[in-house]
Amino acid sequence: MIVVKGLKKNYEGLEVLKGVDLTINKGDVVVLVGPSGCGKSTFLRCLNRLEEPDDGTVLLDGKEVTEKDIDAMRAKMGMVFQHFNLFPHLTVKKNITLAPVHLKLMDQKTADAKAMELLERIGLADKADAYPNMLSGGQKQRIAIVRALAMNPEVLLFDEPTSALDPEMVGEVLELMKELARGGMTMVVVTHEMGFAREVANRVIFIDEGTVKVDKPPQEFFSNIENERLKTFLSKVL
Amino acid sequence: MASMAQQYEVWSALMKSGEEVSLWQQTFVKFYQAFLENDRWLQYIEGVGTTLLVTAIALAIGVVLGGVVALVRVAHDQQRPKHRNPVLGVVDFIFKIYVTVIRGTPMMVQLLIMGMVIFASSRNFTMVGALTLGINSGAYVSEIIRGGLMAVDPGQMEAGRSLGLNYITTMIKIVIPQAIRSVLPALGNEFIILLKDTSLITVIGGKELLYAAQGVMNRTYESMFPLLGTAAIYLVLVMIFTWLLGKFERRLAQSDRR
Ligand SMILES: Nc1ncnc2c1ncn2[C@@H]1O[C@H](COP(=O)(O)OP(=O)(O)OP(=O)(O)O)[C@@H](O)[C@H]1O
Ligand SMILES: [Mg+2]
Repeated sequence: MIVVKGLKKNYEGLEVLKGVDLTINKGDVVVLVGPSGCGKSTFLRCLNRLEEPDDGTVLLDGKEVTEKDIDAMRAKMGMVFQHFNLFPHLTVKKNITLAPVHLKLMDQKTADAKAMELLERIGLADKADAYPNMLSGGQKQRIAIVRALAMNPEVLLFDEPTSALDPEMVGEVLELMKELARGGMTMVVVTHEMGFAREVANRVIFIDEGTVKVDKPPQEFFSNIENERLKTFLSKVL
Repeated sequence: MASMAQQYEVWSALMKSGEEVSLWQQTFVKFYQAFLENDRWLQYIEGVGTTLLVTAIALAIGVVLGGVVALVRVAHDQQRPKHRNPVLGVVDFIFKIYVTVIRGTPMMVQLLIMGMVIFASSRNFTMVGALTLGINSGAYVSEIIRGGLMAVDPGQMEAGRSLGLNYITTMIKIVIPQAIRSVLPALGNEFIILLKDTSLITVIGGKELLYAAQGVMNRTYESMFPLLGTAAIYLVLVMIFTWLLGKFERRLAQSDRR
């Protein structure tokens, strides 16, 4: 459903992505790993054009993602950030319903009901009228995920969703992500949680030197390591 | 009151006849002339009314103008390198010149140019003054608002955009509401600066508080009490508004903590 061809991106001469080719199928749970600064975030952000690629194409359901209809495309690609980026001036419920209502995907009543249903599911229904800074990090991130879910996206992009969390809160966020994966959600996840990759992903991808170096199911990825740089990388993170 | 008027008549007659009078008597006569004779205090009150009106008009112009300039300049800066809008570029350039010129020239000179060159034929000096103050304030306010907009975490814009909201909607619904909170204290300060700067419009004949005081000075040939009175009135006004702003800021800080 997402096809990436020859994706290139450089920052003022620094070549970060040197032609990435990748196909992400419906229902895939893809975990991206790689050394710090190898361009994982850049790749993810090029998918929904938060960064503008220098070259190459991204197709969503066969349609090229371009600057012109970017808003409609982004509505189908939810994104979850490391620092949650909840809207601090809006209640939890308003955070969730703002975009779907404004984009006329739902009326306010339907959106409210949907928000409550989702909050119910993650056990945070009692926080519907709270403001983000009254929540813990784990609660914030789960609400950020729900906010993306409320758009009924076709794919969810996660950029290190647990990296900013206190260790005791990582579990609750990973648990929610697992549940989404089991429900068939297509997910692209940048994370250092190798346990999550092993357990939940159906593909683990090693990005290095600006390209996809390894793309394997997790059992093979972690057991049958041919790439030297991946070996070094894994020896550091495992 | 009646006895004060009688007292004044007696002592001012003494002074006019050239008799020696005590310092207290002199002071009383001057004070009476400055504020009470012919109900002159009404002129000061009227002046205060005009001062407040001019401040309000100038602030309104300044905030609207400053807001527009700030939004255009931020939008221009936030464009992607390969998708620059030429119209936005031109408007941004004009606004940059506006801010540079206004901030780089003295307010007094701006007032004289507006009053004696651009609006030389206008008789409504007070409104020309208010307009000038507003245009001047707009340049400073635009920098305040621009700072407030840029201080909002860029992740907020990204979160809004990644949900499929367009730039303008994200600005209106997400970025601006957060910027307003951080900008209000500085805008309050700007209001107080404007309040004091209204006194400058006297140079083009704007009829605010200082103008009223000068009117009294010209009739009584005495400047001490009218000027001290004017200073005192400004001080009281500024103190009142500073107090109100402080109260407002504390409430803002409280609602931030929710
Ligand atoms: N806006 C930018 N301007 C200039 N350089 C950038 C910018 N964003 C990223 N880079 C550089 O591009 C490279 C890739 O960055 P990116 O954030 O994609 O790495 P990453 O794989 O996500 O790393 P990490 O694991 O630390 O998050 C880095 O060297 C980074 O310094
Ligand atoms: Mg990153």
